[in-house]
Amino acid sequence: MEAKEQVATATAGYTNGAAMNGYHDSPSAKPVREPLVLGNKTIHQITEDICGIAEQKATPKFWAALLASMLVAGAGIGALTYTIAVGIGVWGLNNTIGWGWDITNFVFWVGIGHAGTLISAVLFLFRQKWRTAINRSAEAMTIFAVINAAVFVLTHTGRPWLDYWLLPYPNQMKMWVNFRSPLEWDVFAVSTYFTISLLFWFTGLVPDLASLRNRAKSKIAKAGYTVFSLGWTGSTRNWHHYEFAYMIFAGLSTPLVLSVHSIVSFDFAVSILPGWHTTIFPPYFVAGAIFSGFAMVLTLMLVAREILDLHEYITLKHIDNMNKIILATGMIVGYAYAMEFFIAWYSGNPYERFVFINRATGDYAWSYWMMMTCNVFSPQFFWSAKLRRNVWFTFVLSIVVNIGMWFERFTIISTSLHHGYLPSSWHYYTPTWVEITIFIGTFGLFMVFFLLFSKYLPIIALGEIKSIMPGAQPSHHHDDHAHDEHSGEVTAKAHH
Amino acid sequence: MEATIGNVIAVMGDFKNPDKVTAAAKGIHGAGYTKFDIYTPYPVHGLEKAMGMPKTSLPKFALAGGLFGLASAFALQYWTGGIEYKLNIGGKPLFAPQFGVPVFFELMVLCTGLTVFFTMFGYLCGLPNWHSKYQYDAGFQAATDDNFCVVLEAEDPRFTIETAQALLSKLGADNVRVVHESVEQD
Repeated sequence: MEAKEQVATATAGYTNGAAMNGYHDSPSAKPVREPLVLGNKTIHQITEDICGIAEQKATPKFWAALLASMLVAGAGIGALTYTIAVGIGVWGLNNTIGWGWDITNFVFWVGIGHAGTLISAVLFLFRQKWRTAINRSAEAMTIFAVINAAVFVLTHTGRPWLDYWLLPYPNQMKMWVNFRSPLEWDVFAVSTYFTISLLFWFTGLVPDLASLRNRAKSKIAKAGYTVFSLGWTGSTRNWHHYEFAYMIFAGLSTPLVLSVHSIVSFDFAVSILPGWHTTIFPPYFVAGAIFSGFAMVLTLMLVAREILDLHEYITLKHIDNMNKIILATGMIVGYAYAMEFFIAWYSGNPYERFVFINRATGDYAWSYWMMMTCNVFSPQFFWSAKLRRNVWFTFVLSIVVNIGMWFERFTIISTSLHHGYLPSSWHYYTPTWVEITIFIGTFGLFMVFFLLFSKYLPIIALGEIKSIMPGAQPSHHHDDHAHDEHSGEVTAKAHH
Repeated sequence: MEATIGNVIAVMGDFKNPDKVTAAAKGIHGAGYTKFDIYTPYPVHGLEKAMGMPKTSLPKFALAGGLFGLASAFALQYWTGGIEYKLNIGGKPLFAPQFGVPVFFELMVLCTGLTVFFTMFGYLCGLPNWHSKYQYDAGFQAATDDNFCVVLEAEDPRFTIETAQALLSKLGADNVRVVHESVEQD
């Protein structure tokens, strides 16, 4: 970490490490639980560590990664341009199968985003302090994932230049959108989700950007951080309102995240197609979204943890906790698979039965069993505490889970569509190189965004992680609206 | 940064310990000061109470924003579908609250979120404000790092340099200093 040392000397911190002992002079007992941040850091060291990442000079490795991601994204943009120029006939869709990789990828990417909101909002409301190490990057991931989802949903309309027709606005045709359609609900759900996630993320960033601003050396960096930190000073008179706003955002985002994937599932469930028309879809989709989102957070954070040396912040405890959530949501998903199969049989409806038997044994059985293996069987390894704390195993499994969740959406979409009520409409669907390139391209786009984020913004929520450090809060604070004194999560502080 | 010396604008002191700064906030509030602030790197719980701050008015704005969103969602769906553009689709009702729920909910959340964001930053915190008169003070700047910086403003009716300094020293502040207005010269 030569870069970190360079930063430490470059910033003549107002306090040198030694001045920080106020935090540790209480007669604290030994930790009752694993500490959230390792290495007995002072508040100043946290600033140094996290701001240091954004301040160090970009390494050749970073530029190489960025260039590679841009090339992949560029290929996707090329294929997208081709699609828009020629029409969606260049995709493999046919009369029978009108939704293919486009909607599969849309649902896949929207789902990925859900972990970010879950970590930032739901875990906040449940006072899960460990979220502070990962919430910033997970929220960033949410935003990038929703952008990728938008790519598919906006292109699949066929004439994307007319996508503004989806919005209700007064027009010369005197027509209005159809609010009875779940596809219209989707427009509202996804755009609200994107806006609120962005505001929530930015609100969290403001105080941290102020930290970067006050340390910035170069004129450009200073100007950029100054503008976006809005002139935040850390005034308690501001924090007071800020904290309440943060709580409202968390309160809003929690039902919002549940609504978004519920509404995405309505796209299917409100139709009367066998295999789609089921009431289990909303909770099943939400659980699946969290499942895949956490897997994606793990994939990214395990890489970031290595490259940016965040071992003391993203600890085995965090990985363990996330793996437990993956196991839990994986079980919910597995239950949903079993239950929809059972209901298909129990309903006595021959079409419903056929679709499910066909799912497991028909043309797309390979996709179904891929989904079952990745989503239901593979997470079972996480019953073992040893495997939950194995970084390499977790990394591999997080990728497996995301493959599985992609196949879940593909299975749901293609198996219900490819066999209509009449055998004459039976068909098979394979994607063309255009669809495949666009999909791979969105991963490139995602990585471009993520790399830029990790380079220029605080990848860990500075203010939040400082506030949960041992001794960071008054020791005899018995305030009723309080945020965290019940946790005992940090260390056994002397509560007198 | 070079600065010429102007009028006294504040007396500042630093703290490192959240217990001590909370006690100091109580002390300053108890002494009758109203124009003072404490700059901290993260929200210190209970500090706003110790400073005697009233509860934030943000929830009222949030509620108003939410109700506005809900009402607009209702009006939008009822008027467009039920009155202006009556389109029969499979005999479904032109308007029914049941199918309106998703849009009710989403617009309510959207309007609440936008209201909270702009009210909190723009109105309650007075941001963006890219200049602070204290910004050249190193201790004040370090409030975004690890310092609790207490600022007694000269505008307070009780303010005199001597009493302010004495109060901060008594409360255990480090580096008690008189801060002058600075005129930027770089």
